[in-house]
Amino acid sequence: MAKIEHTSEPASRPTLDQVKPGYGGVIAAIGGEGALRRRLLDMGLTPKTKVAVRRVAPMGDPIELFLRSYVLTIRKDEAAKIELAEVIKAEEAQ
Amino acid sequence: MQYLLALAGNQNSGKTTLFNRLTGSNQHVGNFPGVTVEKKEGFVKNHKEAVLVDLPGIYSLSPYTSEEVVTRDFILEEGPRVIINIIDATNIERNLYLTLQLMELQIPMVIALNMMDEVRASGGSINVAELSKRLGMPVIPISAAKNEGITELIDVVIQRAESPRELPRLDFCHGEVHKAIHSIAHIIEDQAQRAGYPLRFAATKMVEGDGPTMEALHLTENQRDIIGHVTSEMEEMLGTDREAALADMRYSYIEGLCADCVKKHRETNEQIRSERIDRVLTHRVFAIPIFFGMMLLIFWLTFDVIGGRLQGLLEGLIDRGAGLLGEALAAADVSAWMRSLLLDGVCAGVGSVLSFLPLIVLLFFFLSLLEDSGYMARVAFVMDKLLRRLGLSGRSFVPMLIGFGCSVPAIMSTRTLSSDRDRKMTILLTPFMSCSAKLPIYGMITAAFFPRHGGLVMISLYLLGILTAVLSALLLKGTAFKGKPVPFVMELPAYRVPSPKSVGLHMWEKAKDFLKKAFTIIFLASIVIWFLQSFDWHFNLVSDSSQSILAGLGSLIAPVFAPLGFSDWRASTALITGITAKETVVSTLTVLTGASGDAQLSMALAQIFTPLTAISFLTFTILYMPCIAALAATRRELKSTRGAVLTALFQTGAAYVMAALVYQVGRFFV
Repeated sequence: MAKIEHTSEPASRPTLDQVKPGYGGVIAAIGGEGALRRRLLDMGLTPKTKVAVRRVAPMGDPIELFLRSYVLTIRKDEAAKIELAEVIKAEEAQ
Repeated sequence: MQYLLALAGNQNSGKTTLFNRLTGSNQHVGNFPGVTVEKKEGFVKNHKEAVLVDLPGIYSLSPYTSEEVVTRDFILEEGPRVIINIIDATNIERNLYLTLQLMELQIPMVIALNMMDEVRASGGSINVAELSKRLGMPVIPISAAKNEGITELIDVVIQRAESPRELPRLDFCHGEVHKAIHSIAHIIEDQAQRAGYPLRFAATKMVEGDGPTMEALHLTENQRDIIGHVTSEMEEMLGTDREAALADMRYSYIEGLCADCVKKHRETNEQIRSERIDRVLTHRVFAIPIFFGMMLLIFWLTFDVIGGRLQGLLEGLIDRGAGLLGEALAAADVSAWMRSLLLDGVCAGVGSVLSFLPLIVLLFFFLSLLEDSGYMARVAFVMDKLLRRLGLSGRSFVPMLIGFGCSVPAIMSTRTLSSDRDRKMTILLTPFMSCSAKLPIYGMITAAFFPRHGGLVMISLYLLGILTAVLSALLLKGTAFKGKPVPFVMELPAYRVPSPKSVGLHMWEKAKDFLKKAFTIIFLASIVIWFLQSFDWHFNLVSDSSQSILAGLGSLIAPVFAPLGFSDWRASTALITGITAKETVVSTLTVLTGASGDAQLSMALAQIFTPLTAISFLTFTILYMPCIAALAATRRELKSTRGAVLTALFQTGAAYVMAALVYQVGRFFV
């Protein structure tokens, strides 16, 4: 894992806020810091976890996710800190 | 010999339902020294020796929210004999994350595997025996909602509590994290023992870099250096930081455990059903209209169709009771002042508030339906962006809505907010939402001054309240409540049919709280007001209330309101008595003007106010500090008298500024 992180281009990784409903991805890394980052990790958003984006709230934010057999909502600001290894169809991310 | 049991688990895991099942109705709010948050406790059914404490619903033991700190401190300080850890089986991976952290506290545990019925009905299965063996603790499948497995759970828990301690296993760490935890454990052994921390827990916290625990251990410079070295070595080897490393270690272990013990689909039938419901209720276009429709329906049912009628009925009963009491007192030849105290003071004061009981209970009935069904979380999700502009989060929306009904339950409902900052700010802003008790005041003034534009005045007043709340939020966001808004990371639980028992208990609790308040604070306040209204400075009974102490105080304060346009002592007196309950503004003005009937009152009011000063008076009335009951709720929820006083001062200040603005600007036009 460590080596892959250093060799790949971090800037080119898609982040979760860019993913459209109906799609998902495999988490590569969680950015940010402190309490928020800790909370995201605690809620199960850890590297290699599959996560699907279900929908966006009526006013465009927050977004609804599905991971580890449960539904989680986070704001786009938070989602922007979640880097994905790849974007896949939601069915494959479940 | 009594002993302590603790119930811990994630939010939405059915913890409250299980607590109610385990304790029945014999529960109360307990106080534990050193712990500032109120906790429910109760005897386990048929086991008077076992006191069960309901800990806050949490996802992790990281010391980032106050509830997590409270839970952790409670377990460390009180040392319960057994922790009952409730787990939502439909969502077992994330629920076990807390379990692994609780295990490090090294207290005997029992897992209550809840919602097993849903897993089974959806074609899944969990190998309970294997799970139990791997974790080193009993695992009891239950359904709290259907009351299945509860007796067995109680038996196992009691048996655990009364037999020699068997501690949870600790062999769930591996690799680099394992190495780091164990090297640090050796270094801090003495300190951990002195501080009363379980060694394994303390060592893990060192690896995590948990500040408060580090301080509690009083480490030497040298030890800190070694710990820093060990953790950075671990970080380098893993290519990730300490926090991610630990979360990853725990979840990897859980994934392995679930791969061996759990066979189920990604979603249960209930979750699939929830997703379908959400397609409508959180729909991009329909979500907001549906929400407002639902709220209108609730308010209509509460304040008109059901609650309004019940309130009228209760009012009639109270009036008749007071009438009978009056006759009885007269027949018994009780002295006039005593009769006045009991009838004009206590009966009028407590009675006018007591009649609100049906509204409050009904409002809480609907609210607990919304909450327990899982809809409230959706409202927070839908409304978050709007509230965020004001420095709040979607979760603050619900209390503010309830505020249109009554500030007391609204302030109480802020308990569901996770952030302290959001909670305080919401408590402060909620009373700006014009409550139903102010309706009689609007009615009185519009009838006297704007008989043809009543509706318009009313709507403007509601909007003025909302506007003031928005302006205050924007002001406070940058000053008193500075700081980052908390991140919004919220679970959406599957929709479930609320359990009648939980809803019933909830209503009963609110009714009890409210009655207690009516017969303590409001009872006393009514007596004081009656006293001030009935006696002069020489403690002689007065026949004309303009001679009373209250009138004296009113005239003293009256000049303060001169910049707002109304300096009549009767207006200021009404505002003061309005603090006991807002309806009192009307009754006070009625008594003080000596008016009988609405027409006379309108004429009398025309001598106190001009149309402009009447508007200014109304503006002040909607916005100034809430009634005693709401103030008491504020104090209780903030757990600070100072906080409550500051809140009331801010609200009154805002009222003053807005009313002065209305009057001073209005003068140029009139």
